Formats: sequence, C-alpha cells, structure tokens
Amino acid sequence: MSVQGPQQVLELAQVGRTFGEGATAVAALRGVDLTICAGEFVAVMGPSGSGKSSLLAVAGGLDRPTSGAVFVESTPLAGLGLNELARLRRRAIGYVFQDFNLVPTLTAAENVALPLELDGTSARKAHRQAADALRQVGIPELADRFMDQMSGGQQQRVAIARAIVGQRRLILADEPTGALDSTTGQGVMEVLRARADAGAAVMLVTHEARHAAWADRVVFLRDGRIIDQAAAMHDPTMLLTQAGL
Amino acid sequence: MSIRHSLLALLQDQPRYGYQLRVEFENRTGATWPLNIGQVYTTLDRLERDALVAKEGDDGEGHVVYSITAAGKAEVRSWFAAPVERNNPPRNELAIKLALAVTLPGVDVQAIIQAQRVASIRALQDYTKARRDTAANQRATDTAWLLVLDSLIFQTEAEVRWLDLCEARMVQQAQAAAAGSARKTSNGVTEDAPLNADSRR
Repeated sequence: MSVQGPQQVLELAQVGRTFGEGATAVAALRGVDLTICAGEFVAVMGPSGSGKSSLLAVAGGLDRPTSGAVFVESTPLAGLGLNELARLRRRAIGYVFQDFNLVPTLTAAENVALPLELDGTSARKAHRQAADALRQVGIPELADRFMDQMSGGQQQRVAIARAIVGQRRLILADEPTGALDSTTGQGVMEVLRARADAGAAVMLVTHEARHAAWADRVVFLRDGRIIDQAAAMHDPTMLLTQAGL
Repeated sequence: MSIRHSLLALLQDQPRYGYQLRVEFENRTGATWPLNIGQVYTTLDRLERDALVAKEGDDGEGHVVYSITAAGKAEVRSWFAAPVERNNPPRNELAIKLALAVTLPGVDVQAIIQAQRVASIRALQDYTKARRDTAANQRATDTAWLLVLDSLIFQTEAEVRWLDLCEARMVQQAQAAAAGSARKTSNGVTEDAPLNADSRR
C-alpha cells in the first residue's frame, strides 16, 4: 500500500469500482492511479460513461471503491467508519456540483457556514469564516441574499465558497459550469484556479476542453481507465513557433 | 494572412521603415505570426509599384521610410469593410489526415485522434495561461494580443470538439457494423468491423 508524501492531498492507488455482480457487473473504474498535490489543479476528461463522476465520488468519499485505496491528506478512507468519513468530508473536502445543491431557505452566508456548524464550530466563528469564503469568491456583498435573489453564476460562487470554507484543501468539482453561460463559467474557472494557486488541490470533472485548459494537468479517462495525460508546457511563444503560426 | 494589407494598415498609422513594420506587426499580434524581413521588403516593393505606398526618403540612419498614399488608404478602408472570404478555406492538415486515415486499412484512427487531442489540449492550456497572465497584468497595448489569444483558444477548442465528434461517430459506426456482423454471422456470413474503432463502448 502506498504512503503519501507531505504535499499529496489526494491519492488513488489502483482504484476500481464495479457496479453489480456476475454477468451483469459493470466496471466503472479499473485500476486508476492518480495523485493530486497541494496547489495542483487537475481536470478529468472523457466521453459519457467513461467513469468521470464515479472517479470523483470515490475520491471524495461519497462512494467506496471495490478495490484499491483512496487517501485524503494521508488518511486512508477505507479505515474510516461512516461517522469518521462524514467528519473528514466536512473538514477536508469541498464539493461543487452542476446544480449547486444549496439550501433555498438559507442565505448565502448560512449556506456557506452550514458544514462548519454541522461540524461543531460556533455560529459566530462559522459566519466569520463564511464571510471570508464569500470574499474569496468575489461576492461578499451577497452574504444576506437568498438563492432566488441570485443569478446562476452567483449561486455557483456561493457553492464554491461553501466548498472552500474552513480552509479545506481538496476541492472536487463535477461539471460546475454545466448550468452557466460561457462568461459566468469562465468566472467559476477563475475562482477554482485561484484556490489551486492559494494551495488547494483541485479536481475538476468536465467535458469542456475550454474549462479543462485552466488545469495544470488534464487526465483522459476511457472505459474506467486513465489512458493519457496532458500537462501544459507554459511557454506559449515556443508553442506558437513550433506550431508554425 | 494578408501581409500586404497588414503593412498598409500600419503605414496608415504613421510612416515607417521595413524593420519597424515587422516589429510593430509582431507587437500587435503577440508574435503569433512571425514575419520574415525579406517578406516585408518584397511586399513594400509591390505596394510601391502599385502606388499604394511611396518612399519618403532616408531617416538619417540609412533606413528608407515609407508612407501610405491616398490610394493606399482607400485599399485599407475596403479591406476593413469587406468580410474575410471563406470560399477558399485554408488547408486543414488534421482534417486531411483523418479523412485519409479512415479510408485506409490498418490505421488506428482512434490513436490518431487521442494523440491529437492531447496535443490540442496542451496547446489550449498554454493559450489559456497566456491569456490569464496577460489579462492579469494588462497594458493598453495588450488588447490586440488578447484578441489573438481568444481566437486561438476558440479555434483549438473547436478542434477538440470536432475530434470528440469524430471519435463518437467512429464508435457508433463500429457498433452498427458489429451488430450487422452479428446478424450476418447468424446467417453463416461474417464481416469485419471497419475503422479499428473500439467496439467495447
């Protein structure tokens, strides 16, 4: 079993996930090895049914692998009971979904503070941290608004604030721009990029090349396996010259 | 790319000599399309022959300075006013390569698509980072470079989407062929699936 280095926030070692049994078994993930370090932004791309969302669910402890091991900040998830796992998810992992998953009867600040309060943080401290998270995603002035008083892009920023509140170091985003127009979607990418630059490990599942391009590394998934990776060269001038443009 | 019209447009801004034109062109387009200095002088000769520019003389340091004529200004106006013609699309090596690959036996088209996808995404990552860095420290002169970067980003994104479509279509064809093959097998006749597509999906 592998051991994480100090900078590794997420490690998947030979992770497999099979749904069903026998002749009807479907392997969603097969022997996936993936490590994401602090400050690294990784995008996962692949066609429908390639295992992208299964990978994200297993990485975030929302689902358990049928083989292999998942480590979050050096903690093997397999060794955790349900309560411990829920606690780790609240403290270490932030999730961003396409449909925001916000509570409509709570304000933006209350939504963001919710995971902290569920984890035992005092209301005053939780709201102070929520205000800080809303500031980091660029909408401090919307703290007292309810969801029906905000645009889709603003709601997604609230969802990201909820994902990063309390200095969680692993952000998992599943098609977070799916319900947004392209300009607003770019704003969401800017926020995720800024979180990675500030030291978080970010994993983004997307089918949009334009959004995957914000990542340091793009992982290609097919039939539950990682088939390829692309890392930026970060030397556009050389690239342009090589491309003969 | 119209070097002729680009140089004319820069001369409409102010009189310049050849090297200045090359530097100014590359500054405004982010050095995306490097100009050969020989191309610049050849083009200036032709523009002068066509009475669209005129030599102003020496700048005192041995450089021949050119200025735009009234006919040259009219030419720039009509260039800007007319949309870029699309009736002669530029040669697209990738489209040609795939078109040939799908018609030849023994070529792993899916491998070609994936290799190109990785290269295109890598390019897209670099353009996106260049755009982010430029936008973060934007100077007035960067606006033109940002527009060029946006254009490259959209083109590369379109290429990736097209590759996705090609792959999906191949998979559909392979599945249809496999289904047809299975039907024929039941009649005692077999047929290979075409295109080397991965029929598992």
